[in-house]
Amino acid sequence: MLRCEGLAQTYLSGGRPLTVLKDITFSLEGGGFLAIVGPSGSGKTTLLGLLAGLDTPSAGEVWIDGDEVTTMTEDQRARMRSAKVGFVFQSFQLIPTLTARENVQVPLELRGEPSEARAAELLARVGLGDRLDHYPAQLSGGEQQRVALARAFSIRPKILFADEPTGNLDARTGSTIIELMLELNRAEGTTLVLVTHDSDIASLARRTIRLSDGQVVEDRAAA
Amino acid sequence: MSDQFVWRMAWRETRGSRRRLVLLTAAITAGVAALVAVNSFAANLRSAVEDQALALFGADLTVSSRAPFTPVTRALLDSLVAPDSAGGLGGGPGQVSVVVSFNGMAYVPRTDGVRLVQVAAVESGYPYYGEILTEPTGAWAELQQGGKVLVDPGLLTTLGGVLGDTLALGQSRFVIAAAVTSQPGNVAAASAFTSRIYIAARDLEATGLLQFGSRAEYEAFVKLAQPARATEIAKLYRPVLRPERAGIRSVEQNRSDLTEALTQLSNYLGLVALIALLLGGMGVASAVHVFIRQKLDSIAVLRVLGAGTGRLFTVYLIQAIGLGAVGSLIGATLGAALQRVLPLVLADLLPVDVTVALDPGAVLLGLGLGIWVSVMFTLMPLLAIRRVSPLRTLRRNVEQLPGRDPARIVAAIALVVSVAGLAAVQAGRLRDGIAFTIALGVVVVILWLASLALIRGLRRWFPSRWPYVWRQGLANLYRPGNQTVTVVLSLGFGAFLLSTLYLVQSNLLRDLNVAGVSARPNLAFLDIQPDQRDGVLQQLREAGIDRVEAVPMIPMRIASIKGKPVVIRPPSETDSLSADSAAVATGWAMRREYRSSYRDSLVDSEELVAGTWWEGPMTDPAQPVDVSLEVDIATELHVTIGDEIVWDVQGIKIPSRVANTRKVDWARFEPNFFAVFRGGALEEAPGFMVSLVRVEDPAQRGRLQRTVAEQYPNVTSIDLGSLQQLLEKILGRVALAIRFMAGFSLATGAVVLVGAIATTRFQRVREAVLLKTLGAVRRQVLRVFLAEYLALGLLSAGMAVGLSTAAGWGLAKFIFETDFAVPFPALGAILLVILALTVGIGLFSSLDILRRTPLEVLRNE
Repeated sequence: MLRCEGLAQTYLSGGRPLTVLKDITFSLEGGGFLAIVGPSGSGKTTLLGLLAGLDTPSAGEVWIDGDEVTTMTEDQRARMRSAKVGFVFQSFQLIPTLTARENVQVPLELRGEPSEARAAELLARVGLGDRLDHYPAQLSGGEQQRVALARAFSIRPKILFADEPTGNLDARTGSTIIELMLELNRAEGTTLVLVTHDSDIASLARRTIRLSDGQVVEDRAAA
Repeated sequence: MSDQFVWRMAWRETRGSRRRLVLLTAAITAGVAALVAVNSFAANLRSAVEDQALALFGADLTVSSRAPFTPVTRALLDSLVAPDSAGGLGGGPGQVSVVVSFNGMAYVPRTDGVRLVQVAAVESGYPYYGEILTEPTGAWAELQQGGKVLVDPGLLTTLGGVLGDTLALGQSRFVIAAAVTSQPGNVAAASAFTSRIYIAARDLEATGLLQFGSRAEYEAFVKLAQPARATEIAKLYRPVLRPERAGIRSVEQNRSDLTEALTQLSNYLGLVALIALLLGGMGVASAVHVFIRQKLDSIAVLRVLGAGTGRLFTVYLIQAIGLGAVGSLIGATLGAALQRVLPLVLADLLPVDVTVALDPGAVLLGLGLGIWVSVMFTLMPLLAIRRVSPLRTLRRNVEQLPGRDPARIVAAIALVVSVAGLAAVQAGRLRDGIAFTIALGVVVVILWLASLALIRGLRRWFPSRWPYVWRQGLANLYRPGNQTVTVVLSLGFGAFLLSTLYLVQSNLLRDLNVAGVSARPNLAFLDIQPDQRDGVLQQLREAGIDRVEAVPMIPMRIASIKGKPVVIRPPSETDSLSADSAAVATGWAMRREYRSSYRDSLVDSEELVAGTWWEGPMTDPAQPVDVSLEVDIATELHVTIGDEIVWDVQGIKIPSRVANTRKVDWARFEPNFFAVFRGGALEEAPGFMVSLVRVEDPAQRGRLQRTVAEQYPNVTSIDLGSLQQLLEKILGRVALAIRFMAGFSLATGAVVLVGAIATTRFQRVREAVLLKTLGAVRRQVLRVFLAEYLALGLLSAGMAVGLSTAAGWGLAKFIFETDFAVPFPALGAILLVILALTVGIGLFSSLDILRRTPLEVLRNE
């Protein structure tokens, strides 16, 4: 489902090149659950961005469900994401001018598919069936992340990327979010790639890749 | 179905910003309103001219001349109206009525009221179209009985007369039979200069007013049996009449000329209106730029979710179009109401009665232009959407997608071409459109550079020792997302326009100022015959005037230049001196009648340019007379120092030699001449005299005019003080119309200022709340805002006044060719008004920000 080879990323910082990722290679089968862990500055988020096709690497290739993402144009990647990829962000990233329901509907509307029923169903599943018409500003952090989850799963994605989904939440709320994510993951059969610095969350994954200084220092399957 | 996404998102994305977006629409509204008002007014004008052309003209054809009709002219007129002319060009017997118009002094003996009037001695028949209405009715038909005069109602008031009073005109006495309440082609402003009075043609000779040298216009109004032939006849006979020094015009020509003149007026007013719209576009562009910056996160999320570049761009483009459409609709509605104002403002200057009717074409044009401007000005900020990286969702400081965007260059070029195109459409000519765009561009660039200079200057030389509140306010001018450039551009431009108009008007009037300059004459006596000279001068001396003199005026024409006789040919031929024996006199300078003089020195209004001035009179009658030419006339005639010109003075040829050229200040109310001869040659030539004197007391001026008019009825007098007041009134009217339109620019500037404050409102709220949290009282927070608005206002007003001074100087020097003086008090007042406007609007819009509590804001975060 997901494969990367020789992935590397270098940025210009203060006029000097800064290598954030060096020669990352791995693959992940469909339905898998991968946690990417590492200390702050290890390149986790950069790697996630490359794997999801949000950025172009300095070197290497990425394949998602057999499609090579790295050579696609930005619009081609957008279409690919619309078809196959879900994303959950640390800062929720809901569109503030849309209600909870409308936020969940957006991915389906982009595909030209009926959206209202699916959005209502998903929001009910995440416990927000009575908050359909509330705006993000009217929701708590945990509620916003639940909406984000519902949005991510609306298109039945083949693969879901999550960047520190509980980073801005308290432990209890975060735990609820992870449970929901796993439940949806099991129900929809989605491959899950999650970046976290929380070892408890990482321990739920079937496979863990540890990064340090932009390199894979450990690639371990759960026992 | 996928298109529904863009429409839905376009609507949804306006949530939370609708009030701000309404403000943006107002930026377009003022400009569209102005354009709809002007263009609808122009359409009404064209319609009025179309409907009233015949009535304005009064005939199918006119033949006119400054001298009595020659036998050839008379024969032509007879051929058009003879009973047996059925087979001729007129297509049948027509009618002709001759009107002789000239200036004369009218006074009412009962009241001692005296006034310069334009006398029209009318034969029966005129006007053949339209009618002259009188009060009481029917007086026009009775005019031909003789002994009666019909006058302008304003003249009655000026003279203090009533119907039935005796009016003295030259040697004759008339009964004021009626007031003329409506006459074709009457321009109220023109009649303010000289009122028109009507007498029967049979009464003209008895007045004794038409003497040698009197200026009169002879007009024959012709009604054809087949009016449709008028244009054809005019074209055929024009070259025949030209050597007879007569002109021929058809009603169609008149209609066309009038339409062109009025169209030019409305075109220029429309250009001023267009400026308001373009300023609004700048305001919208800036606000959209900030709006998009605030949407970058949402745009990045939508990209992650799978929205392509094109669809995202379309979402916000729909918003821009919607903005433009709403603003234009409101503007068109407002313009429909405002178009009623323009006819009222310009009523005195128009020769037609304008019926106010909304022109659908003007409305559609306004709507289209408003939407077009909204789109073109927002294209560049919208194009930034295409460069938003989805990676922004993970890292806020990520740069835009790499690579150049040629679309931005295309958008910029499209914008400039659009502006030039719009200006060309509005001005009616591509050349004018391009000139307008360049001028606009220069002012915009200067204002923009000034804003940048302020921002950079502040950053570099920040007044770090000033009190905190002032430092904070000034720092806000260059905070991220500031609107400094937009506000200075729009407010500054509006103020620049109004200030320039005021400077031009005040300088023109200053130049024409007679009453205020104690040394200059303010009363002129014209058409003094040589044998009346001593008597008139004696009367002036008896009135207590010390400096009296009479300046001779000799009418003459040019017979030959440099040995080549002047021959009048049709304009279709070249007007340069040809190699063969005949000089072709198509140029006005060669064809015209000159009223020349002779003296032994230059006067105050003149300045020698080339050659030398003579000393003493001519002593050798065999030599050509030395003549001094005005420098521009010399250029027109293609003559230089030493060239020979032979003049025709009532049939007598006077050879002359160009001794020098002069520059003349024509704005001075003094007898100025194109040609001045050396004394000793023309003293016995047939001519008349002019005397200019100064009399301080207006009542004494009036008495003197009456006294001279009683004794010498053919001598006309002009009170230059009253003339100046009338000029001020007319210039004031024109300036008012232009200022009315320019006011839309200032209104747009004010709207853009409010919009700019609204756009940066969030930052101001946060700032105010944080300051309050840190211990600032409301007064201190208010001072922070005050500092910012003061700086904005000072820069806008300062730049406007500075630029307008430069523009005023340029217009005075190169267009009007007058001296330029800066009215500092008035400019100071303009500066203060703009400053007060900026600070007032700014503080008023910020008041509710001060009322927000810290907790409100922090909770919302």
